[in-house]
Amino acid sequence: MPAIIKNNQVVDDQWTLLEADAQLEQALQTAQAIIPLPLWQQHKEQLQGLQPLGVWLESDQVIEDLVDDLAHFAVIALNFPVFTDGRHFSSARLLRERYAYRGEIRAIGDVARDQLFFMQRCGFDAYVIRADRCPVDALQSLTELSVSYQAAYDQNLPLYRRRSV
Amino acid sequence: MYIYDQYDQQIVEDRVKQFRDQTRRYFAGELSEDEYLPLRLQNGLYVQRHAPMLRIAVPYGLLSSKQLRMLAHITRTYDKGYAHITTRTNVQLNWPALENVPDILEELASVQMHAIQTSGNCIRNTTTDQFAGVARDERVDPRPWCEIIRQWSTFHPEFARLPRKFKIAVNGCALDRAAIEVHDIGLEALHNNAGELGFRVLVGGGLGRTPIVGSCINAFLPWQHLLSYLEAILRVYNRFGRRDNKYKARIKILVKALTPTVFAERVAEEWVHLKDGPITLTEEEVQRVAKHFNDPAYLDLSDASAQLNALDAEHPGFARWRSRNVVAHKKPGYAAVTLSLKKTGIAPGDVTDTQLDTIADLADQYSFSEARNTHEQNIVLADVEQNKLFELWGLLREHGFATPNIGLLSDIICCPGGDFCALANAKSIPVAEAIQERFADLDYLFDIGDLDLNISGCMNACGHHHVGHIGILGVDKKGEEFYQVSLGGSSGRQASLGKILGPSFAQDVMPDVISKLIDVYIEHRTAEEQFIDTFQRIGINAFKERVYASNH
Repeated sequence: MPAIIKNNQVVDDQWTLLEADAQLEQALQTAQAIIPLPLWQQHKEQLQGLQPLGVWLESDQVIEDLVDDLAHFAVIALNFPVFTDGRHFSSARLLRERYAYRGEIRAIGDVARDQLFFMQRCGFDAYVIRADRCPVDALQSLTELSVSYQAAYDQNLPLYRRRSV
Repeated sequence: MYIYDQYDQQIVEDRVKQFRDQTRRYFAGELSEDEYLPLRLQNGLYVQRHAPMLRIAVPYGLLSSKQLRMLAHITRTYDKGYAHITTRTNVQLNWPALENVPDILEELASVQMHAIQTSGNCIRNTTTDQFAGVARDERVDPRPWCEIIRQWSTFHPEFARLPRKFKIAVNGCALDRAAIEVHDIGLEALHNNAGELGFRVLVGGGLGRTPIVGSCINAFLPWQHLLSYLEAILRVYNRFGRRDNKYKARIKILVKALTPTVFAERVAEEWVHLKDGPITLTEEEVQRVAKHFNDPAYLDLSDASAQLNALDAEHPGFARWRSRNVVAHKKPGYAAVTLSLKKTGIAPGDVTDTQLDTIADLADQYSFSEARNTHEQNIVLADVEQNKLFELWGLLREHGFATPNIGLLSDIICCPGGDFCALANAKSIPVAEAIQERFADLDYLFDIGDLDLNISGCMNACGHHHVGHIGILGVDKKGEEFYQVSLGGSSGRQASLGKILGPSFAQDVMPDVISKLIDVYIEHRTAEEQFIDTFQRIGINAFKERVYASNH
């Protein structure tokens, strides 16, 4: 079982990520599957009984397409085709702060150490580190910067509302 | 100016450690070139033609004498003894060794400086009017707002991987010296009819490959909502800006594609959710930041016009310098002085380590220990007593800062170009120098009057050629360097983009081309007209006919 970072620890991953072209049959036969968004959209009725279930979004897919269904998912994985694509930083904040999603938000794709600090601030709590990189090393990045100016998911007050405290 | 507290200091110190480790991992082979690239870029480190180039942040252009001395020390110790002032009021080093950069950053952190987000696809240094806080035409001091934006944008987690770079400028004056209409976001601080403070918000302006003047999407944004509104704009851009083509990735392309009206609606929809949330600005925070920009201990003086006029009569050089390099100050008896970094023979905006030390001394002696970089690549001492101007002028002449050409043709905005920059298609510094040499005669230069001549070595437009009254763009034609000329650009209020004159020119004829353009202006101008006015009245054809006439 591959190791991932979850809640600031390296743990074995229990989930299976299904590829973008996965079929319904495969999803029904896989325990703890993270299914592509279009598969969910096409076969909602057949899939909604599966528990637990995860879903994943490409970087150009928007979480607004999923907001009515959030209760079905224990994991929402957000894909980074390249680490420089920051669209899902916004998706994660919206999921947490606007749509009150409390399940796991997992970063998948081109995920490496130097993005994690920002990701965690946006609401990610699980990271599938690129296979050629060490997740234990990557853990360090989560605490590299000890002060942040902005409000975000991890700290809902900006520094200027905390400064005098 | 803003002084760090323990939080601000911690952030820059953490950053130094983080970057030191990233650089270590890069040298150890743990980070590939591709992975290290955006990390070093977000710390202002480019790999250039000869060596890495390090861009040091100078937030909204303000520098203390202590910081100037540090820059002098770094320039001397880690580089070749000169630095370059950029059009975003930052400082660039052309020759630092990559392995020294963590040490340079550590030295910078010791004087409350950094290189955070001076390049890369993130929110860059916020710029403003070089005369902020001292200008007579100022309505609102933009500096506290720039600092509030600096803090909000520093390591903003959601906007750390934008589609493209993002530039914000703030203006608080009647005139616009900050070029807010050609920024990704331009903010104009103003009061509404009820006397409340707020911002007019422009979005989607910019230069580069597709120059566009920004559109107003909010005529009055109350100050409390500044950050939530910026966050809404950035979120719409981060999510929906194009990422498939770097030349179409700036926010201006998104605004144009959606239309400004629809873009404004999208921002408004997003803002509904953010407005009145925890990032609403507080009176206390604005006061906390603003008190750093309170007036220095000005003396109670009156204007020294009579003495200065007498000195003018005796010393034509002083009169000339004063007419170009000295501007009025809000406080009687004071003046703001621009040190020209546009002496012929020196690359525009370049300054040596000893000159930086000298500027620090002059700032201590004459201007409350502060100086300002300008986006026209000069340096300002903003608070000089009028009765010390003559003495200061003497010192400035000694140190090569007294060229009386601010706002004149030889005060050229110029990018580093092909001599340094890996992106450039053509050299820009030698063109600037040849033009400065052609117009070396001060009487002639003064007679020509106000003229913005801007040169960029490539389409990225770091030299702001689109908004020069005369703009010059270096282009590559089958491996040879050519120069395209445009006329009629302007970066002030009612900003306009230059029109291309016609086919491009070889480097050696550029001074002749500029001479012909000036001849046409001088022949057609009325007594009151500056170059840009004459151009707007007579149009481009007269210029075109003259310049291309001999080519047939």
